[in-house]
Amino acid sequence: MMLGKTAGGLFWMFRYLERAENTARLLEAGWHMALTRSANGESEWRSIVTTAGMNVAYEERHDEYTSQNVINFLLRDKANPSSVISTIQAARSNARLVRTALSSEVWEATNECWMTLKEALARPITARNLHDILASIRFRTSVVRGALHGTMLRNDIFSFARLGTFIERADNTARILDVKYYVLLPSAAFVGTSVDNAQWEVILRSVSAERSFRWLHAGETSPLGIAEFLILDARMPRSLAFCCGQIGEHLAQLEKEYALRHDSQAQAGRICDRISSCTINSIFQDGLHEFLGEMIRDITCLSGTIEKDFRFYG
Amino acid sequence: MTQANFDEMLLGPDQVRDPYKVYSEWFHSEDLKQLRRKSQDAEAFFRRIGITFNVYGQAEADERLIPFDIVPRIIAAREWARLERGIEQRVRAVNAFLHDIYHRQEILRAGRIPAEIIAGNEAFLPEMIGVNPPGGVYTHIVGVDLVRTGPDEFFVLEDNVRTPSGVSYMLENRETMLQMFPELFTQLNVRPVSAYPQKLRKSLCDTAPEGSPNSKPVLAVLTPGIHNSAYFEHAFLADQMGAELVESADLQVVDGRIAMRTTQGYQPIDVLYRRVDDEYLDPLTFNPDSLLGVPGIMDVYRAGNITLANAPGTGIADDKALYSYMPEIIEFYTGEQAILKNVPTWRCSEPEALSHVLANLKDLVVKEVHGSGGYGMLVGPAASKRELADFEKKLRAKPANYIAQPTLALSTVPILAKEGLAPRHVDLRPFVLVSPNRIDITPGGLTRVALKKGSLVVNSSQGGGTKDTWVLGD
Repeated sequence: MMLGKTAGGLFWMFRYLERAENTARLLEAGWHMALTRSANGESEWRSIVTTAGMNVAYEERHDEYTSQNVINFLLRDKANPSSVISTIQAARSNARLVRTALSSEVWEATNECWMTLKEALARPITARNLHDILASIRFRTSVVRGALHGTMLRNDIFSFARLGTFIERADNTARILDVKYYVLLPSAAFVGTSVDNAQWEVILRSVSAERSFRWLHAGETSPLGIAEFLILDARMPRSLAFCCGQIGEHLAQLEKEYALRHDSQAQAGRICDRISSCTINSIFQDGLHEFLGEMIRDITCLSGTIEKDFRFYG
Repeated sequence: MTQANFDEMLLGPDQVRDPYKVYSEWFHSEDLKQLRRKSQDAEAFFRRIGITFNVYGQAEADERLIPFDIVPRIIAAREWARLERGIEQRVRAVNAFLHDIYHRQEILRAGRIPAEIIAGNEAFLPEMIGVNPPGGVYTHIVGVDLVRTGPDEFFVLEDNVRTPSGVSYMLENRETMLQMFPELFTQLNVRPVSAYPQKLRKSLCDTAPEGSPNSKPVLAVLTPGIHNSAYFEHAFLADQMGAELVESADLQVVDGRIAMRTTQGYQPIDVLYRRVDDEYLDPLTFNPDSLLGVPGIMDVYRAGNITLANAPGTGIADDKALYSYMPEIIEFYTGEQAILKNVPTWRCSEPEALSHVLANLKDLVVKEVHGSGGYGMLVGPAASKRELADFEKKLRAKPANYIAQPTLALSTVPILAKEGLAPRHVDLRPFVLVSPNRIDITPGGLTRVALKKGSLVVNSSQGGGTKDTWVLGD
């Protein structure tokens, strides 16, 4: 038996943790690009803010997309609800709310994550300490995940936590691809130039997949290959196929545990069917941008249905 | 007055009292620097597990820690046995009094306490007249505040029969001491406190109402929410008992029972350990603006379909106006003399008492009858001439609003200060569980300590800290 509020708290706690981690990855990729000066800095930083979906808020506060401003906006601006400091704070608030559902290891890891990052992000970030801070975000969120896997019962509590993680991750991967979809299109203007190579690199880096991709593709990078890897390859833990598969499994688990089938299970089933019926060629033929847009909408809609089905708020 | 203080560890410079002998030897064989480091470790430990309290009206930054002192307060088996008898007697009398005052009011008929004290009192809830709480228990949880002035001189300062807090500190302080100084626990026979949450659960469930649709009693803890100053404790207790932690928004009346919204629909609750004050419990019955309670819960309660712990209306028994009558109340319901003393109290409503109080104002503590938490209080010895004069005016204007007590020479227990051990004033709050056929007192409790030298104020908001409390076995 679990309170609807608790299910919602778990779901959002892990969505926020995932979001903090994804933002750190995005910045890592952007920073790498800025260091190698392999692209136009301004537009690169802009697309990072676009991926985070925060252009309007950013432009209210800053005139230009500079590395310093974007980094500080995405990491430590409390007025930005998607900044790492805001999301970690929100994750911890949710953890406090659902504390009785968490093992003490998970709670303490979350609380320590918050304490460490609050201190680390208290002062402006410079080129000198950016790397350490991004590493610390990845490390601290990993400890929470580790505690979750190592100490929690595999029941509805675990399922709601994982649903939050994978909904957020699927949404994030789809956005990264959508913001950059044009560099993946087989348009003649870009092929073979160093610009798109650098852009492909950013995409892979922002999902921490540059090494696994090379390993699987024997060093050969192609836009079709990248898109296929991030959308359809179920071995890749940040691909849409993987995330949606996990969402489907955890919803099926809840169906079994509660002996009740809801709309969310049917919806997730449709998303999974859609992905498995596609090939990368058919996706490009029908339009990559359209496909990703639909995915983002479907995932948002599914998240709302989960919220209703399991009575998060009423 | 400070010379006359009773120190619980030292009778003289080299004269250690019996309960502290083993500890004292151990302490003097330890390295002071190392102990100080341990003390810092303890603070980091509290922060990590999040034993903090929120400060009202301030941002997230202000989750504060209550300072923890690593020198335990030690109570001998014999001393505890007497305390236990005294507390049990008092709690039994309080429950008998509450039943009587909400039914036949025999004590008023017998003229043992004046009727106007009850009739005009906000803590008396007419809604409770004739109501029989499930299991016959009014005060499921009591946290009696005691102070000590000599080897056998304990006084009850307050009975705390509404929603006493602090038990999470009792449990976490012990957990911390066990981790830091395991060797001490092998040398001394310290009685454990760790069973408290399980006992609390059992004792609450033993008062579950009859006719529930649940096969086993379903228990929940009602908290005002994550911004409440004691939220940590609410979550901690729910967690330790394996109960749900609910807020107002999770609850509603379904088919005449209080039910919580779960992922699978509404689930009826049998026992609600509520950490929300009477006033906010039911907007339909009490404060209509309350967002912390459940509309209609009092009707469900009166129909006998849920247990509320503690019962509404228990506050009448720890009202300050009534406090001075506790010896009479104990005698009336138990036929015995009170084992634990009351602090001598002058009721300013009585002309003779008033003139005594006015003549001795600079030596007395004067409290508002309905106040709590140290507000509206005068501490004579610490007050300026001006404050004394102002207070005198208030007293003369509304004497019935006040009671006065002597300033007690509170006992001291050493803390670890810069220079080593240094005596500081303490009080003690043992925790008592009441079930239909049993009163259980956890051996120990919360010791609060005034960390400032010479200070008598142990409240955490004014520089107070806590200590682990060790009751020794035989």
